[in-house]
Amino acid sequence: MSWIVNFLAAIGRSVLDFLASIGRIAVFTGQTLGHLVRPPFYLKEFGQALLYIGYFSLPVVGLTTLFTGGALALQIFAGGARFNAESVVPSIVAIGMVRELGPVLAGLMVAGRVAASIAAELGTMKVTEQIDALVTLSTHPMKYLTVPRVLAATLVVPVLVLVGDIIGILGGYLVGVTSLGFNSAAYVNNTVDFLEPWDVSSGLIKAAVFGFIVALMGCYHGMNSGRGAQGVGKATTNAVVSASILILAANFALTQVFFSV
Amino acid sequence: MSTMIDMQGVHKSFGDNHVLRGVDLAIAQGESMVIIGGSGTGKSVLLKSVLGLVAPDRGQIKVDGQTAQSGDRDAFLARFGMLFQGGALFDSMPVWQNVAFRLLRGALKRPRDEARTIAIEKLRRVGLKGRVADLYPAELSGGMQKRVGLARAIASEPEIIFFDEPTTGLDPIMAGVINELIREIVVEMGATAMTITHDMSSVRAIADRVAMIHDGVIQWSGPVADMDNSGDAALDQFINARATDPIEAVR
Repeated sequence: MSWIVNFLAAIGRSVLDFLASIGRIAVFTGQTLGHLVRPPFYLKEFGQALLYIGYFSLPVVGLTTLFTGGALALQIFAGGARFNAESVVPSIVAIGMVRELGPVLAGLMVAGRVAASIAAELGTMKVTEQIDALVTLSTHPMKYLTVPRVLAATLVVPVLVLVGDIIGILGGYLVGVTSLGFNSAAYVNNTVDFLEPWDVSSGLIKAAVFGFIVALMGCYHGMNSGRGAQGVGKATTNAVVSASILILAANFALTQVFFSV
Repeated sequence: MSTMIDMQGVHKSFGDNHVLRGVDLAIAQGESMVIIGGSGTGKSVLLKSVLGLVAPDRGQIKVDGQTAQSGDRDAFLARFGMLFQGGALFDSMPVWQNVAFRLLRGALKRPRDEARTIAIEKLRRVGLKGRVADLYPAELSGGMQKRVGLARAIASEPEIIFFDEPTTGLDPIMAGVINELIREIVVEMGATAMTITHDMSSVRAIADRVAMIHDGVIQWSGPVADMDNSGDAALDQFINARATDPIEAVR
């Protein structure tokens, strides 16, 4: 009987740990939002975060969406051929990119690049007592480290996604015109005619939420990193995994809110 | 002399590990107090409790008559400077910005040129040349990083300075240099100093008074001159580096 008790106890412990983690993340989120609206504001740190998260993520987001747009065009063309609907390629590529693939893929790529980097940087700062040093220098770590990164990611990921959407549609266009026999002007017209403003703006709202999630998870896991190299490594992994899962979960929830009939 | 830091019955536990079990300690204004004790005896926890980096479970800590955890936190912290064990320099910014960190933002903010001039002056004070100012911490040796940390600790001319293991990881000559610098700066500034260390040469060079922490309480405290004839077996064992009783080597 004892193994049953141990088994149930282990499940109970896991559930309690999970709930405690959710509670800690909720408190951290509340604190971040609280500091977001109260001075002092560190504009230099915000500018640096904007540059790092936005500008330096452009190549990875651009390449990801370019190839995805091209692959999407090929898939839709091949699938559409089964019921003589090859002509829908431009409109489906455009809608698919701006509503779903652009925000999600850009969010996941930024999660891999930025959440990992933030967690590693802040985790290292924690284990080398740099965060304690900030406190002794009368600087609140949440205001100085978390707020600039979270605000920058929330504002700049939508811009990244907008650029990614355009590049993704361009990828579809290049494949459509060069390999699938589409007329260039007709492809562009089909893309523009079928896209509605809400298609684009819903994707950008998702992107802002994903940006918030990425930076928040990076900061949370970094600032709660364990000791030593192993602790920082674990924090980095947890930041990427939790940001990715939360992005996919938030994407489902937002899609349901925006588009459920 | 009036009391600058007053700790009464300070307790702190981490799970089942009762690190501090009622520490009572008073440090007078302008005094250099050195706290010694074995590894894991709670010296750093005690120091961080004063700064509010660690919240004590019980007990009271007063700084200049005011409870440490209450009141304007920024004004409270502005009275302190701290040299961390590993330096804790911000590796994303050059040395001068590390030293002038407090002078570039917040209540003590100065024009950038003035902050840089003060930083270079403080670097010179700790024996570093002006050209070091534009290097990054990763480009410095351990001894230089300690000096930069020391320059940062004194940059805003604080009333109270904490030194956490100031000579750990340094060769004996550099340790001697750092000890001398600390003593000179503390006397020159008239600051109250609290140092934690294992290094007995540091104790003799820096301390006015010494307190030994053992089993979560202050085992012995008194003037540094009385340390060798204290009659306390644990203190004798510590300062003479004996592996046997009363402190167990395996903890």
